[in-house]
Amino acid sequence: MLGKLTMDALPLYSPVALSGALMEVIVGVAVLGFITWYGKWRYLWSEWLTSVDHKKIGIMYIVLAMVMLLRGFFDAIMMRTQQAIAYNSPGYLPSDHFNQVFTAHGTIMIFFVAMPFLTGLINIVVPQQIGTRDVSFPFLNSLSLALTAAGAALVLASLVVGKFSTAGWSAIAPYSELKYTPGVGVDYWIWAILISGVGTTTTGINFLVTILKRRAPGMTLMRMPLFTWTALVTSVLVVFSFPALTVTAALLALDRYVGMHFFTNGHGGDMMNYANLFWIWGHPEVYIVVLPSFGVFSEVVATFSSKRVFGYHSLVYATAVIGILSFTVWLHHFFTMGEGPAVNIFFGIATMLIGIPTGVKIYDWLMTMYRGRVRLEQPMYWTLGFMVTFVIGGMSGILLAIAPVDYMMHNSVFLVAHFHNMLIPGALFGYFAGYTYWFPKAFGFKLEHKWGKRAVWAWVVGFLLAFMPLYVLGFEGMPRRMAHYATPGWQPWLIVAEVGAVVIAVGIAFQVIQLIVSIRDREALKVTNGDPWDGRTLEWATACPPAHYNFAVIPEVHDIDELAWRKQHGVVESTLAPAEAIVMPDNTSAGMIIGGLSFVLGFAMVWHIWWLAALTGLGILAALVARSSDDHGEHIVGADAERTIEGEFGMEAAE
Amino acid sequence: MAHATATTEQYAELLQEEQKHQLDERAFGFWLYLMSDALIFSLLFATYAVMVGRTAGGPQAHGLFDLRYTFGETMLLLFSSTTFGLAGLSIRAKNKGAVLFWLAVTFLLGAGFVGMEINEFHGMVVAGAAPERSGFLSAFFTLVATHGLHVTCGLVWIVVLGAEVLRKGLTAPVASRIHRLGLFWHFLDIIWIAIFSVVYLPGSF
Repeated sequence: MLGKLTMDALPLYSPVALSGALMEVIVGVAVLGFITWYGKWRYLWSEWLTSVDHKKIGIMYIVLAMVMLLRGFFDAIMMRTQQAIAYNSPGYLPSDHFNQVFTAHGTIMIFFVAMPFLTGLINIVVPQQIGTRDVSFPFLNSLSLALTAAGAALVLASLVVGKFSTAGWSAIAPYSELKYTPGVGVDYWIWAILISGVGTTTTGINFLVTILKRRAPGMTLMRMPLFTWTALVTSVLVVFSFPALTVTAALLALDRYVGMHFFTNGHGGDMMNYANLFWIWGHPEVYIVVLPSFGVFSEVVATFSSKRVFGYHSLVYATAVIGILSFTVWLHHFFTMGEGPAVNIFFGIATMLIGIPTGVKIYDWLMTMYRGRVRLEQPMYWTLGFMVTFVIGGMSGILLAIAPVDYMMHNSVFLVAHFHNMLIPGALFGYFAGYTYWFPKAFGFKLEHKWGKRAVWAWVVGFLLAFMPLYVLGFEGMPRRMAHYATPGWQPWLIVAEVGAVVIAVGIAFQVIQLIVSIRDREALKVTNGDPWDGRTLEWATACPPAHYNFAVIPEVHDIDELAWRKQHGVVESTLAPAEAIVMPDNTSAGMIIGGLSFVLGFAMVWHIWWLAALTGLGILAALVARSSDDHGEHIVGADAERTIEGEFGMEAAE
Repeated sequence: MAHATATTEQYAELLQEEQKHQLDERAFGFWLYLMSDALIFSLLFATYAVMVGRTAGGPQAHGLFDLRYTFGETMLLLFSSTTFGLAGLSIRAKNKGAVLFWLAVTFLLGAGFVGMEINEFHGMVVAGAAPERSGFLSAFFTLVATHGLHVTCGLVWIVVLGAEVLRKGLTAPVASRIHRLGLFWHFLDIIWIAIFSVVYLPGSF
């Protein structure tokens, strides 16, 4: 009846896992209780969960990312603490649990922090930057969010019911095969990846169509804001690389569920094919998470230097070249596979080539600031923190691109230092810059700046303390993912890294305080004219937050920095002008229903509850058929209705 | 401010215009979906190419396939594409009965294809060439069955859209859905030709 699910699935095997699970359950119950206590369920359902407004969907994506960031960071500090004390001692985490923690950390940070964060930013900003009222497929957008959340929920569920995978975030074969990892952990990983992967692919298609088909008149490709450009290239990468992840996870599932032999040890299985397939997705993924962040930096640097970004065309081409090259370097993740010098040299050179367009970007940003009137607001703080730290990671990447050097460094903590050095400044700092930059756009008030700047300092210092020691330890030969060790020389460095993790924790605490303080002081931090930063692009041409249809009149675009152009030429298009009636999509609960069913489907597959899986599968099919046969997904916002709505938002005519 | 109150007809016109734009976008989005699906198949092909020699002492590609049987499958699928094309032409002629007829014929041909494929798989499994036997057979079954699963989804889709034609007639949204189903159906034809050339032909000589 319940497949493999028994009482043994509860985390009674270790007090640490039990307290983690209890904490998760308590937080979950507290949140649900809170919503019930304040009677907000109806509001939450009808205003948010069933909404197809891209701005609200974007906000929900970012909330998901931040919740998962807390969980992922908890895993991180657990690992740092373990390694800081586990010299000649078992530490406080049993090895099996330690392995779950590093697997969960990687899986969560990539799939359920980076992906939803960047998708959220793209959702909020891109339609407003290109002057459209919504995305091309609003329902699909809501569905994508629900599927991503379903995947995240599966990972969270694994802490309470059963165990998570111990095979690392890349579930490397043949260790992830049934023979070596018989538990449900890898299955949790597989279904979380498959379900959220579908959601990501549909997001990619959605924004590719939106950006190519919905730009305001006059906005040629070469007049698109740079964040939109990076969103476009990221969407291309998503559409063309996520199929590889789907194939990889599906084939691994076939091995584990039906006894096939794709990646098994024996019976003709080819475990190296796993590495190839996984990284054919995995390397473009690196640029999927980094490019939108580069887009944010381009916007932020131009806005806060009060001048046009330096080398717009070179930034566009650099973005595109990075996108193309990202498909040609996957083998550098396993130089040690031993494909031979010719193959390794090809991929090594391709890898180094990516450094060129990335370097171009850095110089463009520096040149933008040069002789600009630089205003050191929070987004700029994150950007500067990024530039200073990111180049270190870039250089260590060039080192790793040399195959013989990689043979020495492979699977050492040098690698861990390198990719955290790429992803924390390169991706996360960019998202935080975007979060502080566009927060007033989404909510109508700025984030308090003192706590924000403190948070930047804590993050930058904490990052350096946490990861620079890992470079040293890599040179000293420390392998990654060690639950305990017997080399005395490593411990001091690991203690420094632990201190770094604590400083980052302080940074996160500052961000939480910042959010609370900002909400408390929202009246004082209120944005009245819709343009808090003297912005240069179209998203700042409307109120903060804009009406749900963004633009009363679809703007005509004349320049790359359209808003700056308008200010310069004194063009004031009253957004209160009597508008034509417009068509907007209806809210729908179909996305949430399918997402919920997908979660149950994944859970049933993990625990081999076949009847439930079949039932939910049929339910998903029925919901899809019902939704796809619906011809009436829109409503009209009349010219009169529109003015009423703008009245509510307290919009003032542009000055 | 002397904005005349828009009439219901004007609203209907506005909705229609928006709908036309949306249907365009959906066609484009569907092409993109097909491209990502093509990547799934291309990786399965690549995996098959890697695995074709990994027979682990079990059955080999050579001698495993009956080319005449597969040719029959191919004919069913190719003719189903033709009949789908005829359904498309009937939409243009606004002939509801003919659309339903050709959709039904397409469904039968497609169902025949899936039936033949299941029969082929059954025969192979009985003969000891099951997917669990070797890496090669895993890759074979996965590649071919993924295509077969797509065809099955296409069959369900034909039924759903046939019912819509019956219920709503050949409205613009229904016609555009049939157009996208057509893209999907012809796409599966192309994939099948690749399967025939990469899997069955080399395996038969």
